[in-house]
Amino acid sequence: MDRTNKAWTAVKYAILLVAVFIVFFPIYSVIIGAFKTQVEYYQSGMSLPHNWLNFDNFQKVFKVGKLGLGFRNILIILAISLAGNVLFGTMVAYALGRFDFKLKKPIMGMYLLAQVIPMVTTQVATFSVIKFLGAYNHMTAPILLYVGADVLQIVIYLQFVNNIPKDLDESAMIEGASLFKIYRSIIFPLLTPATATLVIMKTISIYNDFYTPYLYMPSQKLRVVSTAIYSFVGPNAAQLNVISAGIIIIFIPTVLVFLFLQRFIFAGVTNGAVK
Amino acid sequence: MFNFSYKTQRYLILFGFLTIPVLFSLTFSYYPALSLLYYSFTDWTGLGWEMHWVGFANYKEIFTRPDIFGAFKNNAYYFVGGLIQTALALLFAVILTSRLRGRNAFRAMLFLPYVLHSVATVIMFKNVYHAEYGSLNIFLDAIGLGSLQQSWLGNPHLVNFSLAFISLWKYFGLSMIIFIGALQSIPADLYEAAKIDGASGWQAFRFITVPSIRSVIELMMILTLTGALEAFDIPYIMMLGANGTATFVSTTVDMAFKFQKAGLASAMAVVLLLIVLLFIYVQRKLVFRGDK
Repeated sequence: MDRTNKAWTAVKYAILLVAVFIVFFPIYSVIIGAFKTQVEYYQSGMSLPHNWLNFDNFQKVFKVGKLGLGFRNILIILAISLAGNVLFGTMVAYALGRFDFKLKKPIMGMYLLAQVIPMVTTQVATFSVIKFLGAYNHMTAPILLYVGADVLQIVIYLQFVNNIPKDLDESAMIEGASLFKIYRSIIFPLLTPATATLVIMKTISIYNDFYTPYLYMPSQKLRVVSTAIYSFVGPNAAQLNVISAGIIIIFIPTVLVFLFLQRFIFAGVTNGAVK
Repeated sequence: MFNFSYKTQRYLILFGFLTIPVLFSLTFSYYPALSLLYYSFTDWTGLGWEMHWVGFANYKEIFTRPDIFGAFKNNAYYFVGGLIQTALALLFAVILTSRLRGRNAFRAMLFLPYVLHSVATVIMFKNVYHAEYGSLNIFLDAIGLGSLQQSWLGNPHLVNFSLAFISLWKYFGLSMIIFIGALQSIPADLYEAAKIDGASGWQAFRFITVPSIRSVIELMMILTLTGALEAFDIPYIMMLGANGTATFVSTTVDMAFKFQKAGLASAMAVVLLLIVLLFIYVQRKLVFRGDK
């Protein structure tokens, strides 16, 4: 029994190591590539770079690829979209979770159904709405879509609101608190764990999104990170070393978020899936 | 400030808190979905607002033009990749919920690709797959398997596998973490009871694990299916749909924004929407059947 257990453990580790190798092989190859000169890249294969302090590629991609502008734009979009998401999400969850009224069921159903409409498919028509609103080629376009069309936050906040005991509201009402005060001083603060998870998950998905900025903000000045690297690669397809440096720069922010806030990400993934 | 009765306050809160979010959802989810249906019966170009009613002509075109409906063939690669991904994710989830040193580190490492930037990931694989200087071919050569070197993106028989693999690489960790969450919710005494009764590891998996997480497995299957139907980013960023890699959604995007055939593109979107909704409906039915 003991021997089979040991063999089994060895097999498990072997499988895990193969998987870890497959995950890290591409990442390793762009890391070493990013520090090589162009000649070195084409001659040295998979060996380590001569000079780990060769940051030329990073400087070049940051400047030519306009990554600084990309980071600035995506930060603005993120800040406003996240604020909107948290505000709307908590408000709707409070209204739907705490009160009974005629339209409650239809509104709830509306949100649940909206969740299954695949966003990609309706873009042809969404595009004309955005154009009609005059938001095309303007930062408001992605902000409106991130705030308005995504409903994940409402589903998650609703679960959390239902877990906050109603006694809290009732005792606050006995002390004469207004309903708005109950939302602001009881519900909103108690939703903080959900807010943390949501903000992190949304940050990752908005930062990663290619489709929305690509379709709605073709202007050069409105490049975000996704569209900046996309258009950099087009004409510079030959310089694999410079492109590698760009990939590393773009990877870093979400990797840092993941390293420090892993707990919230795992919670978000499991909460979102097991509704 | 709030000297209204609770009844009045209730109206104010409901009205104030719901109006704008509901309007947003109607404007950006429901109105587009409904107008899509209308556009699908017209010859709209997407430029200006002139359009004429053409009945079912667009739908007829979708099902008769092999380059449109046939694009679903390429989605099949992503579906098969998704099935393999789900099976592997379950295997690794089982391994990483057993007692094992360093299992948290392994979980984190295998999940890492999911948080990496999507466009940068595709471009990274472009470098890896590069026929001459790509690290994959160099690596194969270095371990003496030089004969397996391929033009991973140039060979039309291989390119879709190469692209589907990127999707597997990126989303594998996500499925794994969802499975781990589900596995951890199975009470441990079930396994102990089975052990006392002399069940083997496989029997425990077959008769305890699988039935307990059946709804999660079903959910993953539907996500795999809808994800495969909606595959777009990877072939579009990597190849712009060239070399026979266009999926249904990337064809739709081209129709609408490149060929100015917004009416036809709308009809394609409606077809996809109906297929996705049908699969979700079937899955919900299956889940409810399981509850009874």
